Amino acid sequence: MSSHTFTHLDALESESIHIMREVAAECKNPALLFSGGKDSIVMLRLAEKAFRPAKFPFPLVHIDTEHNFPEVIATRDKLAADLGERLIVRSLEDSIKRGTIIIKDLDKPRNPYQSVTLLETIAEFGFDACMGGARRDEEKARAKERIFSFRDEFGQWDPKSQRPELWDLYNTRVHNGENIRVFPISNWTEMDIWQYIGREKLHIPSIYYAHEREVIRRGNSVIPVSHLVQPKPREKVEVMSVRFRTVGDMTCTAPVESTARNVQEIIEETSTTRITERGATRMDDQTSDASMELRKKEGYF
Amino acid sequence: MSNTTQLLRFITAGSVDDGKSTLIGRLLHDSKSIFEDQLSAISKASEKRGMAAVDLSLLTDGLQAEREQGITIDVAYRYFATPKRKFIIGDTPGHEQYTRNMVTAASTANLVVILIDARKGVLVQTRRHTYLASLVGVPHIVLAVNKMDMVDYSEARFNEICAEYRAFAAQLNLHDITCIPLSALVGDMVVERGEQLKWYQGPTLMEKLESVAIDHDVNTTSFRYPVQWVCRPQTEEYHDFRGFMGRIEAGEVAVGDEITVLPSGRSSKVKEIVTYDGKLQRAYAPQSVALTLEDEIDISRGDMFVSSNVLPQVAKEFEAMLCWLSEAPLDKNRKYLVKHTTRTVKSLFSRLEYRVDVNTLEHHSVEKLNMNDIARVAMKVQQPLVFDSYAIDRATGSFIVIDEATNNTVAAGMIA
Repeated sequence: MSSHTFTHLDALESESIHIMREVAAECKNPALLFSGGKDSIVMLRLAEKAFRPAKFPFPLVHIDTEHNFPEVIATRDKLAADLGERLIVRSLEDSIKRGTIIIKDLDKPRNPYQSVTLLETIAEFGFDACMGGARRDEEKARAKERIFSFRDEFGQWDPKSQRPELWDLYNTRVHNGENIRVFPISNWTEMDIWQYIGREKLHIPSIYYAHEREVIRRGNSVIPVSHLVQPKPREKVEVMSVRFRTVGDMTCTAPVESTARNVQEIIEETSTTRITERGATRMDDQTSDASMELRKKEGYF
Repeated sequence: MSNTTQLLRFITAGSVDDGKSTLIGRLLHDSKSIFEDQLSAISKASEKRGMAAVDLSLLTDGLQAEREQGITIDVAYRYFATPKRKFIIGDTPGHEQYTRNMVTAASTANLVVILIDARKGVLVQTRRHTYLASLVGVPHIVLAVNKMDMVDYSEARFNEICAEYRAFAAQLNLHDITCIPLSALVGDMVVERGEQLKWYQGPTLMEKLESVAIDHDVNTTSFRYPVQWVCRPQTEEYHDFRGFMGRIEAGEVAVGDEITVLPSGRSSKVKEIVTYDGKLQRAYAPQSVALTLEDEIDISRGDMFVSSNVLPQVAKEFEAMLCWLSEAPLDKNRKYLVKHTTRTVKSLFSRLEYRVDVNTLEHHSVEKLNMNDIARVAMKVQQPLVFDSYAIDRATGSFIVIDEATNNTVAAGMIA
């Protein structure tokens, strides 16, 4: 390697490609979870690097809460079409109609219910492995999860009896009805993602860049006004320059104040921020100290 | 951090009493990698438990059960970066499952930081950690002599500990050892040099982590390329394309190189090195690429391309050091699966040679293997494996053992 510089992005990229190829080779019926968010867009580029000039040996799958930002859904559809890859969309509405999800308030955050539709989709198509774009730096329960994370028949994660994971020899074996969640970008950080988006010139939804938006302040959070979130009496609507660090359910994803209008400016902001990605933006992770761990035990990816 | 920084994976070995969590906390804090919301969350948790000061160990204890019981269950990975490098820390707990967790975390590490309390010196656990690091072949060792503030920053005490440690490590054939005196609590020699250790001329811990040479940690001499996936697009444009996809595990390869395909032994020349970003003339470990060959040879996943000059071994029988990971002990009468590179085969344990006491390094006769046991074993596999000794190449010398009944990973092996 004397004449060749292998950077941290090269190392992470090669590791992720290796993981995706192991999934393709060893799992019978894998899928790649793709939402149109920045992490899953990076996953898509990594899949291109892993499998081109052939098609992906798996479909893309999105579990749609119908609470997503329209820009994200548009990007999702455009990228899948541009790549010529198969996109399967299953909606929480389907599960609501079936009666497997019962929601009292249709406008409340829907992330907790995503697991139900995900598990139903896994059963419908018989997927034995679902690749997702979760990262270990996002959340402390994720920091302890394996790259190949075994789930039982109920989709449950048991943090206390995880398979040891050594070298890069991944154990992909499951019995019928069980499945594996695979996280090829486990070792990437928010900063790595932005550097990679910059290096690869990836197209991401416009709401990741700073823009003027109507927001309401509730407690410590800034909430975007949308058809799902309207100001309550005496709440004031402000127009702020903001960007989203994560994009999820519109009712519980908060933007941050920002003037970063391109990737380089976002990288600069990311390197000086004093708040974690989910801490700043995800109200659903703040309900208790173990919110993510509990959701993962129930089958969330 | 720029686009040209390198990635270093390291682990810390030591117990809470040695100040391990404090050291990690200090590294993260002084490199400005702890965020305000994380700090406020652990402050709240510390207060709830009635502690006077913020407990930095809470940063790494991720699971509810751990926080409730104040213990660490498993390996956690933490990330931080400086302008020079990006770091991944494998953080392992120091309890009864220590051997298994440390072996797991060490398997991907370039460097291990072994913590010593300057008041206590080299202890049994120091020897255990060092033996495990040597077993798993971690290339670089940093001996962090912590709590120097408790021994009046004594140079003589530091030298005494280092001499004893180096003598012990030499028996294990460990040579790249850096001894650093520090105080994680005060912050001396972790990121900042501090005022109290003027007699010490070597690097701070952070300087060492930022500068240790890792390019040559992979075997750079002989090409090793396990085939992961055969790419056959069967489109009009790529009608005859057969790309053998994989990651270069050792050495390098160039267009025109003669390679041998094992275990079949057939030879060919590299026609193209294909990547999404274009064709390359030369590629190096650990790049993931696709290779096409001049000749049509029957090749599938599990085969390995190697340099025709330096051939690995091809055999159905071999000896290995084994770390048993599972709560269910080894059953010598059963067959287990072995996953080695991209090949998974049935195997039998033909002999258990001896068990190593990780505290004394003594060999004992052995009848069965329990969790955390380390033993030398002889194995037989149904199909030949293509391997190097683990000491030469971690990637082609390592394997895991899987119990077919439960699908659990039950052991980690290093070929002798």
